[in-house]
Amino acid sequence: MLSFNGLVAVCILYVLGLFGVAFLAEKRAAEGKAGWLNSPWTYTLSLSIYTTAWTFYGAVGSAVRTGLEFLTIYLGPTLVFLGWFWLLRKMVRIGRAQRITSIADMISSRYGKSGALAALVTVLALLGTTPYIALQLQSVTLSFAVFANTGGGSPDAENTAIWVAAGLALFTIVFGTRSLDINERHPGLVSAIALEAIVKLVALLAVGVFVVWGVASGPADMLARIEASPVAQAEWNGARWLGITMLAAAAILCLPRMFQVLVVENSDEGHLATAGWAFPLYLLLISLFVVPIAVVGLELGSVGDNPDLFVLTIPLSLGQDGLALLVFLGGFSAATSMVIVAALALSTMLSNHIIVPLWLQATRHEDPMSGDMRRVALMARRISIGGILFLGWGYYRLSGGATALADIGLIAFLGVAQVLPALLGGILWRGATRIGAALGIGVGFAIWMWLLLLPNVAETGGLLSGFIADGPFGIGWLSPLTPLGLAATDPLLTAMILSLGLNTLLFILGSLLSFPSPLERLQGAQFVNIYAHSRPLHGWQGAAGTADDLLIMAQRILGAQRAGALFQAAAAGQGRAGDMPDPTPEFLEKLERELAGSVGAATAHAMVTQITGGAAVGVRQLMAVADETAQIKEYSNRLEAQSAELAQTAARLREVNAKLTELSVQKDAFLSQISHELRTPMTSIRSFSEILMQADPMDDAARGRFSRIIHDESLRLTRLLDDLLDLSVLEHGKVTLHESAVDLSDVLDRAIHAAGAQATDAPLRIVRDRAAEAVPLWTDADRLAQVFINLISNAQKYCDANRPELTITVQALRGRYEVEFADNGSGIPPGQQTLIFEKFARADTARGAPGAGLGLAISREIMTRLGGGLIYVPGGAGARFRVRLPAGALRVA
Amino acid sequence: MGGRILLVEDEANIVEALGFILSRDGWEVRGHGNGNSALDEIERLKPDIVVLDVMLPGRSGLDILRDLRGAPDTAELPVLMLTAKGQSRDRDLAMSLGADAFLTKPFSNAELVATVRDLSARIGASGGR
Repeated sequence: MLSFNGLVAVCILYVLGLFGVAFLAEKRAAEGKAGWLNSPWTYTLSLSIYTTAWTFYGAVGSAVRTGLEFLTIYLGPTLVFLGWFWLLRKMVRIGRAQRITSIADMISSRYGKSGALAALVTVLALLGTTPYIALQLQSVTLSFAVFANTGGGSPDAENTAIWVAAGLALFTIVFGTRSLDINERHPGLVSAIALEAIVKLVALLAVGVFVVWGVASGPADMLARIEASPVAQAEWNGARWLGITMLAAAAILCLPRMFQVLVVENSDEGHLATAGWAFPLYLLLISLFVVPIAVVGLELGSVGDNPDLFVLTIPLSLGQDGLALLVFLGGFSAATSMVIVAALALSTMLSNHIIVPLWLQATRHEDPMSGDMRRVALMARRISIGGILFLGWGYYRLSGGATALADIGLIAFLGVAQVLPALLGGILWRGATRIGAALGIGVGFAIWMWLLLLPNVAETGGLLSGFIADGPFGIGWLSPLTPLGLAATDPLLTAMILSLGLNTLLFILGSLLSFPSPLERLQGAQFVNIYAHSRPLHGWQGAAGTADDLLIMAQRILGAQRAGALFQAAAAGQGRAGDMPDPTPEFLEKLERELAGSVGAATAHAMVTQITGGAAVGVRQLMAVADETAQIKEYSNRLEAQSAELAQTAARLREVNAKLTELSVQKDAFLSQISHELRTPMTSIRSFSEILMQADPMDDAARGRFSRIIHDESLRLTRLLDDLLDLSVLEHGKVTLHESAVDLSDVLDRAIHAAGAQATDAPLRIVRDRAAEAVPLWTDADRLAQVFINLISNAQKYCDANRPELTITVQALRGRYEVEFADNGSGIPPGQQTLIFEKFARADTARGAPGAGLGLAISREIMTRLGGGLIYVPGGAGARFRVRLPAGALRVA
Repeated sequence: MGGRILLVEDEANIVEALGFILSRDGWEVRGHGNGNSALDEIERLKPDIVVLDVMLPGRSGLDILRDLRGAPDTAELPVLMLTAKGQSRDRDLAMSLGADAFLTKPFSNAELVATVRDLSARIGASGGR
């Protein structure tokens, strides 16, 4: 007899074996060597998580109590797989095409990606699954206890349950949340489950064979024993048969764990064809020996009074320890595989539809594609797995191992079956709407909770018994035991008819009376007409043409060189010769990321999936593409604006360049002018000095005249140089102004005197108004006098009147003083009135007169420096210049 | 030697200097200071040689030269151009327009006399004066 500790050791070894298989499978998958991982048999075997410990052990118990009714549990799925194969195929196709991650996601996606609907289904699934997990823990604990009672060692049921729960959590976390796979597939976990499915089947078959050929003496004897057994006399309840068969059929479609293996873990649609006949066969084999075992168990008096454990107690009582150990492992496998997949599926739902949305809302995280987000999602899943198993364990502790747990299987079935109307309607009826789905599921969920879950929990925990029996506040028709005043002979059937009936009715009515959103409408069309929107999917290998297409696309976006390097690196990473990698999910993800850098995440995803056919382009992706397009448009608008700006800048540059060119031309002209102004007097000087140098006889008058000319021309040269320097300093240099308080009339006096025009017999008569000239100034008197001198000497030189006269007037204008110099000559022609202020410019009328034409240019510069101005006033008879005195003139006044 | 020279030049001092030098060399020298009336003066005076400054009030010496070369009477008239700007561009332009000689101010008296003599030798046959 195996000791308790020995049993624990075997268990641990078995679990380690499962870990090993899972690791190996993950490794092979990572290397791209799918092999048996990608076999339809693995897929079919993984579906066997449908048969949990409840059916592994409980089917025999059920046979003892109700005869063949246990068969309904297998009949439902068999009918679905054989008769409704088209529905399964459609579900798998939709799941793959839409990247559905769970049953909650499926419902939510179909109805406009509704977060609320997903959360509702998640809660429903959690409530339905938790007691179910408790049931598995109970069965493991019970089987341990059976061994412990017959063998040695100390049974410690509570510790057993918690260790099993912890171990399962660890296993699920390790193989269920290693990474966020874009396909949500877990090859390691599925392999381990497939192995467990084999152990389950072999164990049950072994017990069956032992019973038929070991205890009885062959099939004929067995049939005779069955005839004589009370099992054969069990009453046949047609309504219950029909109901449970329907329930089981619904469950295989709606159970979160079934959806996980059936749709999410499916790597090849073709696998479904094999599973279509192989899974019913598996169920047939599993159920084949249930009745013989029950019959033999009842015959043997020594096996205890719990028919639910006959499978284990028959070999134990007959001394078949090895067989018993196999059975134990089979039951252990049934329990653990269910818990693992259920926890995984639930954690995905909890994380995706409750935790992460809440977290996103709380943190207002902006970049859901970042690594940080993925870390959060993974952490949420791990915590969820721990939490789910803790809940299961807590429920088990609450129940204290009560037999009420045995009923929970069917109760859970009905709970998840509330999803069925929305699921089927969503796949088959385009008119189904979110409102209808939410109404149906919500109401069905509530009825189920009230009529089945609550009483079960109450019974399990021994709570609220009065409340349950008499209804809340004593309102009898609200009592779960007598709903609507009906004396429920079969609470399950009553609840089923009420909940599913109302659910379906409200779903249809709600859908008919509400209008779907555009997103719902689109998703509805995608789901219902899925075959028109997608191609069949055959795993991640055998897509030889795809890599070429991907490369062509990548080259178009990334450039030939970068795309080539990327593909080569990926091929090398996969250990493939050449530079064409397999389009593995990892590679596609990497490629998508690379492309996203150039075209945006949504577009990249749409492009890659378009080529790999991995998914139809969803409306959300299309919207994201539109967003990106809008951004690109905006960007191009910005570019346009920038290029307009650049054009403006270029125009400005051209302008500046033209100005510079003009300046350069002006500079040349200026130099040429200077050259002319210097060479002209020098010509006279050189000529006359050569004449004088010659020894020819010359009269003194001529000699004197020539010397004077040389002298005058030298002075002219000096003046010219002085003016040039003066102008240069005024224009570019720092001019030091010697400002002081002076009187305007004094400055005028000095200027007239310096110009030699003060004499009464001077050719130019000057007319002044001394009274008006009494203006106090704060300025550089020498500079101002220089301007006045220039204006007076201009009049002296150019006034062509017979009796030249210069009138100097002073007037105050808007708080500023202006001095005007007007002569009575013929004035300056209109075309040259601005020209005269240019350097070396002389009006044509002034030709031949001495001076280089710098005087007015210098004067204007001086007045600007002093803070005033100098302009020519047109319109008068003669030349008229107006000097605007500096504003500072009033400072002292 | 001999003959009549017209000095078209607006600087009175230069006219006086050049007039003195050329007179001493045997020429009858007249001065004229305005570009606008220069052609009329040439037609009226019919000089044997014209000394023409480039920068004149009114019309530029180059314009006057162009007109002289365009008229049959004066197409062969010897013209000596003077300029104070000292840029070779002016010289090239003047020669291409048909100037017979070109002097940049300031020049030596000997240079002027030699150039004028050279021009008069060229016209000796036709002028004969």
